[in-house]
Amino acid sequence: MKALRFVPVAAVALILIALVWRLANPPDPDVQSAMVGKQVPVFAAAAGLPEKSAVSSADLADGRPKLVNFFASWCVPCVGEAPVLTILKQQGVPIVGIAVRDRPDDLRQFLSSNGDPFERIGSDPESRVQLAFGSAGVPETFVVDGRGIIRMQHIGPIESSDVPGLVRAVREAR
Amino acid sequence: MRRLLFFLALTLASPALADSNLPPAYWANRQLPDPQKEAQAKALMEEIRCLVCQGESIADSDADLAGDMRDLVRRRIAAGERPSAIRSWLIQRYGAWITFMPPSEPATWPLWLAPLALLVAGAFVARARLKTRNRP
Repeated sequence: MKALRFVPVAAVALILIALVWRLANPPDPDVQSAMVGKQVPVFAAAAGLPEKSAVSSADLADGRPKLVNFFASWCVPCVGEAPVLTILKQQGVPIVGIAVRDRPDDLRQFLSSNGDPFERIGSDPESRVQLAFGSAGVPETFVVDGRGIIRMQHIGPIESSDVPGLVRAVREAR
Repeated sequence: MRRLLFFLALTLASPALADSNLPPAYWANRQLPDPQKEAQAKALMEEIRCLVCQGESIADSDADLAGDMRDLVRRRIAAGERPSAIRSWLIQRYGAWITFMPPSEPATWPLWLAPLALLVAGAFVARARLKTRNRP
């Protein structure tokens, strides 16, 4: 019966250990999309710039695997990602852009200073396409196969070290 | 004095570009004209987690994306969609994490049972205490 006295002490110790463990291993704030493995949601986004083509879900199921990149001119990490997207384009990866909450003038300026690797750019002024994809921020990139099925989600800016993996993922998504 | 000037200058600095330059979506900060529908929308918005400030509901968050999510909720409710349908649309995209009302499924059973279990344990502790006190 005396041993029972230590139960509260043990309980408090356990709680403390759990708290310290959580502090040392903070949870991953990334929100994974539950759309990976599913068909791209049906959408039609107007052209982000009059001189670029618009994007609809049908364009993403045209037989060619590709990257769908959610970006914005107001997004600082997107500037860092831009040269890596250019490298991916040079390696033959088609990239479709979705400009989230952006304005044509800002977008044009962003593309002229950071390069334009996009074959199409859709405008998403109220984040509707982004929400339909289960995406939670910019930049985010989805690998979509030729039938329009989402195969992979990359959260955050693409680094040079991510290029081989993404090229392989696009190649395997045929 | 220099330090003071430096800190004063900091108060004038514009925050780093983390939000867009576009105004909020139409229904982000505007109530639906039908009070019953607005009440439905409000109840759902208080239950949906903001994707940016993850401890807040989209009703409380100032993030652009939360505004766009409020716009989505109000627009769909105005169009006659049921709140449960909008909730499942969001769960389909973000998982049950997106709602503060976790659905009852095996993984969340401990969460629902914990209050009962703690109450029973408390009753046992209280009983043992009261018994020993009555004895002398």
